[in-house]
Amino acid sequence: MNHVSRRRFLKITGAGAGVAAAAGTLGSLPGLRAAKGPSGIRRVPTFCDLCFWKCNAIATVRDGVLWKVEGNPDDPLSRGRLCPRGTGGVGAHFDADRLRAPLLRASVRGEEKWTEVTWDQALAHVAEKLLKIKAEYGPEAVALFSHGVGGSFLRHSIKAFGSPNSAAPSFAQCRGPRDVGFELTFGEPIGSPERTDIRNARCLVLIGSHLGENMHNTQVQEFADAIGSGASVIVADPRFSVAASKAKHYLPIKPGTDLALLLAWMNVLVREGLYDREYVAAHGFGFEAFAAEIQPFTPEWAWPETGIEPETIRETAREMARYRPATLVHPGRHATWYGDDAQRSRAIALLNALLGSWGRKGGFYQPASMRVPGYPYPPYPKPTRGAVDNPGERYPFASEAITTGIREATITGKPYPVKGWMVYATNLIQALPDERETIKAIQALDLLVVIDVVGSEIAGWADVVLPEATYLERYDELNVELFREPFVALRQPVVEPPADQKPNWWIARELALKLGLEAYYPWKTIEEYLDHRLQGAGMSLAALQQRGVVAAPRPAVYYEEGVVPAFSTPSKKIEFYSVQLRDKGFDPVPRFKRPAAGPAGSFRLLFGRAPVHTFSRTQTNPVLAQAMSENEVWLNADVAERAGLRTGDRVRLRNQDGVVSNPVRLKATQAIRPDCVYMVHGFGHTAKGLRRALGKGASDAQLVTRYATDPLMGGTGMNVNFVTLEREA
Amino acid sequence: MHPLTELVSTAHSPATDPHLNVWGWEIPVYLFLGGFTAGIMVLSGWALWKGRRNPRPHTTFALASSGLFILGLILISLGMLALFLDLGHKPYVWRLYLTIKPWSPMSWGAWILLLVYPVLVAGILLDPPRALMRRLPSLRPLVEWVGARAAVRHATGFVSIVVGVALGIYTGILLSALGARPLWSSALLGPLFLVSGLSTSAAFAHWASPEPEERVELAWLDNLFLTIELGLVGMLLIGLLTATEAHAEAARLLLGGPYTAVFWVGVVFVGILLPLVIQSLAVTHRIIHTPIAPVLVMLGGLALRFVIVAAGQHSHWPRLS
Amino acid sequence: MARLGMVIDTRRCVGCMDCVVACKTENQTPEGMNRDWITYATKGRYPRLSLTIQSERCNHCDEPPCVSCCPTGASHVHDWGRVVLVTKEECIGCKACLASCPYDARYVHPDGYADKCTLCIHRVEQGQDPACVSVCPTRCMHFGDLDDPESEVARLLASRTHHAVLPEAGTRPRIFYLE
Repeated sequence: MNHVSRRRFLKITGAGAGVAAAAGTLGSLPGLRAAKGPSGIRRVPTFCDLCFWKCNAIATVRDGVLWKVEGNPDDPLSRGRLCPRGTGGVGAHFDADRLRAPLLRASVRGEEKWTEVTWDQALAHVAEKLLKIKAEYGPEAVALFSHGVGGSFLRHSIKAFGSPNSAAPSFAQCRGPRDVGFELTFGEPIGSPERTDIRNARCLVLIGSHLGENMHNTQVQEFADAIGSGASVIVADPRFSVAASKAKHYLPIKPGTDLALLLAWMNVLVREGLYDREYVAAHGFGFEAFAAEIQPFTPEWAWPETGIEPETIRETAREMARYRPATLVHPGRHATWYGDDAQRSRAIALLNALLGSWGRKGGFYQPASMRVPGYPYPPYPKPTRGAVDNPGERYPFASEAITTGIREATITGKPYPVKGWMVYATNLIQALPDERETIKAIQALDLLVVIDVVGSEIAGWADVVLPEATYLERYDELNVELFREPFVALRQPVVEPPADQKPNWWIARELALKLGLEAYYPWKTIEEYLDHRLQGAGMSLAALQQRGVVAAPRPAVYYEEGVVPAFSTPSKKIEFYSVQLRDKGFDPVPRFKRPAAGPAGSFRLLFGRAPVHTFSRTQTNPVLAQAMSENEVWLNADVAERAGLRTGDRVRLRNQDGVVSNPVRLKATQAIRPDCVYMVHGFGHTAKGLRRALGKGASDAQLVTRYATDPLMGGTGMNVNFVTLEREA
Repeated sequence: MHPLTELVSTAHSPATDPHLNVWGWEIPVYLFLGGFTAGIMVLSGWALWKGRRNPRPHTTFALASSGLFILGLILISLGMLALFLDLGHKPYVWRLYLTIKPWSPMSWGAWILLLVYPVLVAGILLDPPRALMRRLPSLRPLVEWVGARAAVRHATGFVSIVVGVALGIYTGILLSALGARPLWSSALLGPLFLVSGLSTSAAFAHWASPEPEERVELAWLDNLFLTIELGLVGMLLIGLLTATEAHAEAARLLLGGPYTAVFWVGVVFVGILLPLVIQSLAVTHRIIHTPIAPVLVMLGGLALRFVIVAAGQHSHWPRLS
Repeated sequence: MARLGMVIDTRRCVGCMDCVVACKTENQTPEGMNRDWITYATKGRYPRLSLTIQSERCNHCDEPPCVSCCPTGASHVHDWGRVVLVTKEECIGCKACLASCPYDARYVHPDGYADKCTLCIHRVEQGQDPACVSVCPTRCMHFGDLDDPESEVARLLASRTHHAVLPEAGTRPRIFYLE
């Protein structure tokens, strides 16, 4: 056999890499070939922005061209390995569908016709309109919607402007119910990154949580560690997810009935005396009342509700008890399902409390963060009116602002009109339920400004679109993380933005200056701001520019290690029975209500994540789009066969309100219950600027026209829509 | 009845999704032209070896004349052009001739094709066209030297048979060596392509030869080749059906699958059976000899190559896990 | 004599495609073509199901048909590590190697030559793991010398049941999947 000597091969590799780079995926995109810079390899640490986990990364530039992004080995979150989105992060820089210059609307809203303008023109226009709104309606009439660390300077500007209205969809459309449920029980939210000690769990219970398809890096890494250590995994999900395939017990639960299962599990633990007695005695409040409340919720009671046999419920409850306190009933993340979500999350919290896992190894640890002082700003002006999203504390236990509450106020003008929206890095058209309401709200505005990297659907409705530089091209707020190992991380530019894109801090600052808010931006450069904060913590910008992340040694995180149990609840204990809930007219111990069924012949619409995409923001990333270019609708294979449908057929989904989706590919599979369908969220784009993603797949969000509002905290339960399928000719 | 395993792959390489599709028209066209030339080399070589001479003063398509050798030269050049067009990395084609790879039938083919040229030229020089002699009078001494020696005729004929057989068979081995495509996994593929090439060239010569006895002789020969070809096709299918499930599934591409119609109508009926019947009637003097049967045989030969190449790429090992 | 190969733990693998994305950025593979891919095999009837996920690539076989069928020697076995590689300046783009591979591991590069996984030999020669192995967040991928009994890959194969893809093709693949 002919073979090549090593020396010659290395020469070939060098040439090959050069040729491959020229012909490869990214270098061949028109107009984006970076100027040939210095030759050689340059490595720059930063942190990722493909999702909200903020893994620390090291970007590599080769001969002046961005090559790849890898994990920073010093990173406690990623431990040196990024998830597929982070690994595909170079695609964000090379994305041909990126916004390139500031845009002013040139015709009616939603037509997506623009005039390109300079930054000065765009920001002057925005400032003028904001000041006009302030004069007519007050500064409170301007609201900011943002998602991610890049919104912090804009939040600062909006507070300086005088508005209390600032919200992230992650509360009412995602984690909110979970955090409220845990706050009501333990006095603290779960937060992000979740304080779940998955790595050390010996029994892991997932209620609808699809780790492995949901790709929050640390969670998946620890999930794999737990599996590798032989942890017993119990999964309850209407779909046979990847996580379900790793489970010792897979419970094919009827959608919307998880609360019944949780109550039955707790019933078994109490009845059979399998709960952690000492822990409950030491830290619990109202246990007897709680035990009395859950007495009727036996496995036999839960069986017809959930479809899970009583013996299975008992067996899995005993399995959880076998491994306690290292049994972690995962709180999930996206929890806005059926409208009873805060109570369901509270039930998960209570189950964990019975197992004694809160504060214990293999359960929930106590995270810590480093102390990095903020920048000394003058005090913000006091708004003359309260926040508009939750008037009269309609949702008494909402701990953050409710995005859909701001939207409602914008439509109704009550309690006071909202006339201006600034939207940063969140595609409200796909993020908020019932896009028809969102559009209605937008039409009531005097000003809609969208700041983003790609021109998604929300940008299509804007009056002003401001292009942001990607994380690889900008500095940003520091990430001072609350985690098992506390750390501080820096985001810094790796390459130049390819066109006229600007970082969020620059936009926030320039706008503030035009609004006369110089007092709130005393620093001239971002480096000055960052260095000031870091110096206050005994560090420096220069050091962090080299290392990217500075971590403190892991402190004590478990009660076993000396952490003092403390619960910020009214009783200062774990509230098995919640007096404050009862006093507000809610169930002090969760109760199950059967979810409403859909029209006959329809399927409940469920949605979730793919590990290579983030929401609706990555579908034009050329690297990630190659990994997954469209979504599919999962339909039970037996149901499909009876309907004469096969994998690969194109179908449209019609919901109970007559809304019809784009055509989407059908996946006929055994891996889902016959009564529901499932899609990955984020596809079915209609924005003309997203050329690569336009028309690919279907949008589940478009079909979410009904939602069930959680009465405790205003969360919008979205799994309450039903669809039928029609084959596309 | 649904499959018990749902298999999903994220590999969507255009060359192999949903199945191999790297060889289009260029390869079947080459196989046909190569087989045709191989047949010419064997039949004309046999005529030379047997001492036949061209009775006419000018070049014709008789077996002993140089007309078929000239045609072969054109056909094989066109075939090699088709091969060249198929290459993805054309500027590097000369790499074929820096080495011989004993395990690569494609490497054998590269060198066999090179050998074909001198053999064809030798065949031409044994009875060169008068136009050629007028243009290159310097050839006259060589032609006279060669023409005087029966041994040279004899040897050229023998070499022509050997190289012709190699040319006709190696392409079949090339395909059968690609074990990843079960339809091609048969030792009969080489002989089948050779016999098909013999049949094609016999059909053409039957049509084009000016010697009446030779025409009849070629019709009988073609019928013989067609019959053998039919037998080989039958044995090919039986062999595949009785081998592993992968091979049986490959055979079913031609027996109910997407290539059934073009195979049975195009290759078997039009290409073998119909001309066999027509030519049998002709040689038993029930009808006159016409070009119809030869044309059908040639079309059938082309169809055979297209079906084998396309269906072969379609066949694959089933994923058992 | 070193024989480089991989051992992949299907229990830990979640099929996230990080290996596919990392290979793409590390090796700048052409649009729409991948050197590695994921297969998902779902078996059974709801709810009694199993799902096996495998990250697949060229198997760098011990008996590589893609090497024996190559007419120019462009497709060859590298002397160190016995990795199967293509010297693109020797490749004529005849595609016999694509046809010979039972795993459909190769593709035709837009420049015309046959291309595939190189086990990131350019990284391995610097002492690193292939990009797919380095990135895997579940740490399910292991790489090393199968002939070294002390190597992690050899020890994993010795201690756990495993299989390769299409062993009946007879090419003696060197990527193994732990069960």
